[in-house]
This record gives sequence, C-alpha cells and structure tokens, in this order.
Amino acid sequence: MIEFHLDARSGVAPYMQLIQQVRHAMRLGLLREGDKLPTVKDVVATIAINPNTVLKAYRELEYEGLVQPRPGLGTFVTRTLGGESELAAHEPLRRDLDGWLAKARDAGLDDESIEALFVSAFRQFSQERAGRRG
Amino acid sequence: MSSAVVTEGLTKRYGRRTALSDCTLDVPAGHVVGLVGPNGAGKSTLLQMICGLLQPTAGRLTVLGGEPISGSPRLGFVAQDTPVYAGLTVEDHLRLGAHLNPSWDDQLAHDRTERLDLDPGQKAGKLSGGQRAQLALTLAVAKRPDLLLLDEPVAALDPLARREFLQGLMEYVAESGTSVVMSSHLVADLERVCDYLIVLVKSRVRVTGEVEELLASHHRITGGRIDPAALGPGREVIVARHTDVQSTLVVRSTAPIEDPAFTVDGIDLEDLVLAYMTEAGPSGRDRVLEKQR
Repeated sequence: MIEFHLDARSGVAPYMQLIQQVRHAMRLGLLREGDKLPTVKDVVATIAINPNTVLKAYRELEYEGLVQPRPGLGTFVTRTLGGESELAAHEPLRRDLDGWLAKARDAGLDDESIEALFVSAFRQFSQERAGRRG
Repeated sequence: MSSAVVTEGLTKRYGRRTALSDCTLDVPAGHVVGLVGPNGAGKSTLLQMICGLLQPTAGRLTVLGGEPISGSPRLGFVAQDTPVYAGLTVEDHLRLGAHLNPSWDDQLAHDRTERLDLDPGQKAGKLSGGQRAQLALTLAVAKRPDLLLLDEPVAALDPLARREFLQGLMEYVAESGTSVVMSSHLVADLERVCDYLIVLVKSRVRVTGEVEELLASHHRITGGRIDPAALGPGREVIVARHTDVQSTLVVRSTAPIEDPAFTVDGIDLEDLVLAYMTEAGPSGRDRVLEKQR
C-alpha cells in the first residue's frame, strides 16, 4: 500500500501532488493493476489534509483512466505504467532531450534559464494543443 | 448545498468596545471552515455566539437553519485551551459525556481513546497538552454533532501534537462529513485542512470564500511603479507597497491579468491572509478611507 506525503512549500496544489505521487508510484512499479489505493480516511489520518482534496485527486485519476472506484471495496488501479519498459520505449526522445540540454549549456544557459526556457515552451505548446482540441 | 451558519449584520458590543461589527456570512455546510485573524479580532466571540453562549447586540444569526441554542446536541464545541476536568479520569469524562448527551456514540468515544493510548484511569490534569486536546476533541465528536466548532484548538500544542490532532479531526470529518468551523491564528495548518476561509480582523469580516477560489483569484503583481488606479475595472487592490522604482501589489481579480509590464504570480494562503490583515491597517480604518488619501 502506498503512502502519500504533502510538500507544503512546493507551490503545487495538494490534490495535484497526490495525483503525481500515484503516477510516479505506477511508473516505478510500486502500484500495479489491481492494487488498492489507501482509503480517503487512511490518507487524511496520515497526512492531515481535507478529505475533499483526496476525493478530488482520486476523481481526476479516475477521469484519466488510471483508477476505478468499486463501491464498498475501495479505489483500485486499472492500469500498469511499466517502469523500465515504458521509459525504454522512449529512448530516442531521451537522447534528443540530452542533445538539446547539451546545446543549451553550450549556449551559456544556467540551470534556471534552461528550466525556464523549457517550461515556457512547454506551456505554450500545451495551450496551443488545448486550443486546437477545444 | 445548505448553510451551516448564516449571519446578517451581526454585531456584538461590550459597552464602548466592539467585538464584532456588521458581520454578514453564509457558511456552507459540509466544509472545514477556517476562521482566521489576529488575536482580539473577534473569532472567539463569533464562535460563542454560534453556540448560543452570547447574544448579539444587533443583527441576525441562524445556525443549522434555526436559532442558536446553548447546549444543543447538534453542536460540538471545543473551547480555547481545551478544557477538561483536571480531577476527573479519562473514563469519568466519557461517562459524563454519555450521561449528558442523548446522541452519544460510546463506541466511537472508546475507539478513539484506545487508539490514542489514553489511559482510562488517568486523571485529565496529568495528561500532556496534546492528550488533553485529543480528549476534548473526543468528547465533542462522540456527541455526533452536525456542526463542530473549535476555538484555537492547537495553538498551545507542540508540532507533533498539532499534527496528530489535525489527523484525528480530518479522519472524523472523512467518515462523518460533519461541518467544522475552526479558528486559528496559525494559517499554515489551516491551509492543509480547510476548504473554506473567513478572515476576521478588528471585529470585521474582510474576505470569505472557498479556499480554491480565493487562491485562484488573488495575485501578486510586481513591476515598475504602478498606479493602483491604472489597473482598470474588475481588479481590486488589497494591499500595495511602493519603493521609488518598484511596486508590489496583492490584487483580487476573477479575470486573468495579462500585461507585459507586470509580473503576475499566485500567492499562498498565508500571504493572502496577511494581505487582508495589512489592509485593515494598524489603526483599523477601513480600506475605503485609505484609498481616499
């Protein structure tokens, strides 16, 4: 059974942190198809957050097709995000990224600038795609 | 969605001192409500009025759809400094609770004290601060109230005891869906557990709302010298600080602010509360007067 934690200073909304932790656990293989997530009651008894925060995270995960509630039984993982094999499938992308990072460093960008450049491009990319879908 | 507490122009005066001024609130049920503000703001007064322990000087107050009734079985109250009877044992307290409360859930009371490792034979005066707080909380939740009120329940507790108290409270909320109004001047704790906020400063309500909505609609704007009046309609400046070259403002705006001249960031709950506390000013003058300067 996985356990959640909350980083009060991270600037990421609590419900989003829970979602990221579930996805991360799935990628690492700590959560596999059929595994049960902790109950809302267990989560809040461990990390003292509002129960609605947990409900919101679990609903979002259900919407993404990663988990499924079974009334009276709990919330269960419906997929496996295979850790090693899934990352391995994206090896070419990873190599492209490493190349880009090397170029950015050669151009004189420090860590913060590289991160800012990536985040800015990524956000714009996401918004444009969302706009096209919508 | 029904309301747990509704007030209209609620005012409480003691002679020349005003504890609450013209408070109008519509507190939704099924939430954990944070009542936050500096010491002396009127938080305890408001909670005691909701319990029926104090009468208004002016204005109206409805609790769970009716008149506030002192000693109502539908309300649980954990007063400041978590009062328990020092000379009575833990078990004595539970027997007292069962005796006084028609809706007492004895199973819940004993489950909680067992899980918390509270020795039934221990006198309450010999318990640690954290244990006394947990006992007081047990007595309140075992009544199975529809509305649970807590007045600064964790202020005097060490960080571990504070965390354990909030864990227990959240666990109870998860299983019962009870409405909670919790006052505190420690905002960091409230940010984890509250989904609705009331900011009370110097006897007045400054802002209320769902925490998510408040965080989404308040922004910190920084840039070169900004004239707050030039921000345009729909942008409410809560607090503004200026140096000779730079301005920092906290602004409430439902529409996104996109202006290349400014840097716009979100703010966390603590800074949001501080902004409203600053806005109230050291002399307690209303913001309207400040703007006219």
